[in-house]
Amino acid sequence: MTGYILKRLLSAIPVLLGITVIVFLIMALIPGDPALAILGSYATPENVAKLNRDLGLDAPLVARYFIWLGNMLQGDFGQSFALNRPVLDEVLERFSATLLLAGVSFVLCAVLGIAAGVISAARQYGMADKAITFVVLLGISIPSFFLGMMMILIFAVDLRWFPVSGMKMAYGGGGFVDVARHLVMPALALSVVATGVVARLSRGAMLEVLRQDYIRTARAKGVGEGRVIWGHALRSAMVSIIPVLGIQAGFVLSGAVYIEMVFQWPGVGRMLVDAILKRDILLVQGGVVFVAACYVLFNIAVDVAQSLLDPRIKT
Amino acid sequence: MTQGFRNWTRRGVLATGVAMSLALGAMSPAAAQTPPGVLIIGQIAEPKALDPAAVTAVNDFRILMNVYDGLVRYKSGTLEVEPALATDWDISEDGTVYTFHLREGVKFHDGSDFDAEAVKFNFDRMLKEDHPFHDTGPFPLAFFFSSVEEVSVVDPMTVEFTLNAPYAPFLSNLAYPTGLIVSPAAVEQSGGDFGRNPSGTGPFRFAEWKSNEHVILNANPDYWDGAPASETLVFRPITDANTRTAEMLAGGIDLMVEVPPVALSEFEGDRYKVFEQAGPHVWFLILNAKEGPFADKRVRQAANYAVDKTALVDNVLEGTAEVAAGPTPPAFAWAYNEDLEPYPYDPEKARTLLGEAGNEHPEVTFFVTEGGSGMLDPIAMGTAIQADLKAVGFDVKIETYEWNTFLGEVNPGLEGKADMAEMAWMTNDPDTLPYLALRSDAWPDKGGFNSGYYSNAEVDTLLEEARVATDQDERARLYKKMQTIVQEDAPWLFVANWKQNAVASEAVENFALEPSFFLLLKDVAKN
Repeated sequence: MTGYILKRLLSAIPVLLGITVIVFLIMALIPGDPALAILGSYATPENVAKLNRDLGLDAPLVARYFIWLGNMLQGDFGQSFALNRPVLDEVLERFSATLLLAGVSFVLCAVLGIAAGVISAARQYGMADKAITFVVLLGISIPSFFLGMMMILIFAVDLRWFPVSGMKMAYGGGGFVDVARHLVMPALALSVVATGVVARLSRGAMLEVLRQDYIRTARAKGVGEGRVIWGHALRSAMVSIIPVLGIQAGFVLSGAVYIEMVFQWPGVGRMLVDAILKRDILLVQGGVVFVAACYVLFNIAVDVAQSLLDPRIKT
Repeated sequence: MTQGFRNWTRRGVLATGVAMSLALGAMSPAAAQTPPGVLIIGQIAEPKALDPAAVTAVNDFRILMNVYDGLVRYKSGTLEVEPALATDWDISEDGTVYTFHLREGVKFHDGSDFDAEAVKFNFDRMLKEDHPFHDTGPFPLAFFFSSVEEVSVVDPMTVEFTLNAPYAPFLSNLAYPTGLIVSPAAVEQSGGDFGRNPSGTGPFRFAEWKSNEHVILNANPDYWDGAPASETLVFRPITDANTRTAEMLAGGIDLMVEVPPVALSEFEGDRYKVFEQAGPHVWFLILNAKEGPFADKRVRQAANYAVDKTALVDNVLEGTAEVAAGPTPPAFAWAYNEDLEPYPYDPEKARTLLGEAGNEHPEVTFFVTEGGSGMLDPIAMGTAIQADLKAVGFDVKIETYEWNTFLGEVNPGLEGKADMAEMAWMTNDPDTLPYLALRSDAWPDKGGFNSGYYSNAEVDTLLEEARVATDQDERARLYKKMQTIVQEDAPWLFVANWKQNAVASEAVENFALEPSFFLLLKDVAKN
């Protein structure tokens, strides 16, 4: 098992290097530069050249890439132009907020999705199945940012049950209850689509398993239906559900970008959008590399979990 | 057989229902109320830094003006300077030496004294590359003071600025955020992190900055101009305009700036107060006077007649702007030519002028941006202008660019690329925009912003003279004459002057907007 994990980790290195090249080139190739973004209407060629020199952007492209990569390998992600602080400080702080939001959404989508899928499958073509299928279809079809805005209008502006935006109260907030209250709406909005996807796939996987002989045998032996479904069938179905969860984790992370914009959640998605608009090159590059690395690691963890669960997968 | 499963579901539903109702019951009492004395302001973005020399955005200035003072400041409700940290000043006969007498007994928030050495430190840090703290920059707007040759300490309470040539906007630039005075002791202590640990002399002291959550300022009870009315200011960055509006409606913030025009109707009624103030802003189209149809003055004038500016301002901008008459915004009351009337909407006249020019169907390329600083609603405005021009015979092809790309295309000049382009400027002195964007010596190849290559020797002379004149009445006369000529020459299509807006809840008192677009909160109370 250790060998397998090591092998997977080694194979992640070229992937990450590829990501650094791509994100670096994209930031170098998109039109407009940071000096232009900072100076706005005062961007005379003279002012731009001076500021580029001050920002260290006058070196050749290839040299800049290797300087950046070299510094990063030593843990130095550079300084954000737009925020005047180290990139890594900003990314870590913002990523923890995203992790909280995406993590809760992920747990919600996994728990609710699997539960809905299992119930649907157990009651195939029954009322519960029809109701769940309908809600799931609705959930998958509504864009999450629209759902977010509607939730704000109804539950924050009209009913005032939850705060509109942010992660804490602007003044004197920050306790567990405060953060939890701020988390409810964005986490729900973010999890809806993923929940739908997980529910549909779990239903399919469960139906497949429920038709197998050993399930009939178990029922014939008089095992309780609850144990048959949650114990025997779900465990086998998990083998095909877990990879889907891995993909949904990526989906939830990327979906966080919209949700963070709508709910002003201080996460890494909103940070990247702001940074791209301001041409804050190092922050975009550092942020993307960091998020990509986390995603790659998470997927390795999913594969490992799957191999633990399913002895047929060779390690 | 399915008994166990069914029971589980019922228990589950029951438990979930109870949990939900408990949770909602606990949080329903209007949780959004903010405490009295704490004013929460909805900002449009996260600030870059709280170092006035290092920032360029109005959004950041809104915080800074409450933490720092300059030597001079704008008199409330105007763009004319009055004493602040300097109590008075003398200007030499030739307009190159400014001697400031400083206010006694002022201390920075960190406890150090404000004196002539501190003033010198501030300008040397920004302007001298060999200054030990020059590396706390970059200082993108340092060129506001590029005319300063030397700052010298005469005695502890007197400081002297020597300019390399007379430069009339100097005092006004000192009132701009770039001229705000920071504590040298704090810069020495924090170095490059000063922007996150600011210290000034202003009515509020810096307390806390949490990235993308808030900046908190506390009242400075020892402020030289009287203690502030509020205990605490909280600036919250809320980039999405819809979310900002929702926060205001839900009571999460007390004051918001830059209300989207379509959202203004939400704030009618007694619970809110809506504020409007025209500012030193002008929204215009640069016309390419070097080549193509707009090289002919009559075609440029025809375009000015063809566009229904009133409809643009009322319908597209929902009344958040006024029709512009010329290159200088009326907010510069002392320098604005009151006799100027905007080009009326007259499609017939436009057609006649096109006929006279022998070009009844000019084909033009129009650069439009998706949005940017001060650009209001550029796509909708661009499309409306296209339709108006089409109605009199123009054939307008729109090319749309994201803001930074747009600036990269427009600033180097329109030649060979386009015939017109949207643009907007907000300045602090009537000198800035025409000097940088209308003189022959400001063509892009000479480092200026005259991207449409307008050239008129008389305008050049007027602007050069106005810049070196130290007498305000004389400057006003020169600017007014310049405006008349420029309006007639029509190097731009003059469209709108933006009115800044803000909404405050009924609990907020004594709030007013300034023509400078700064947010001055010293006397604002929150009940």
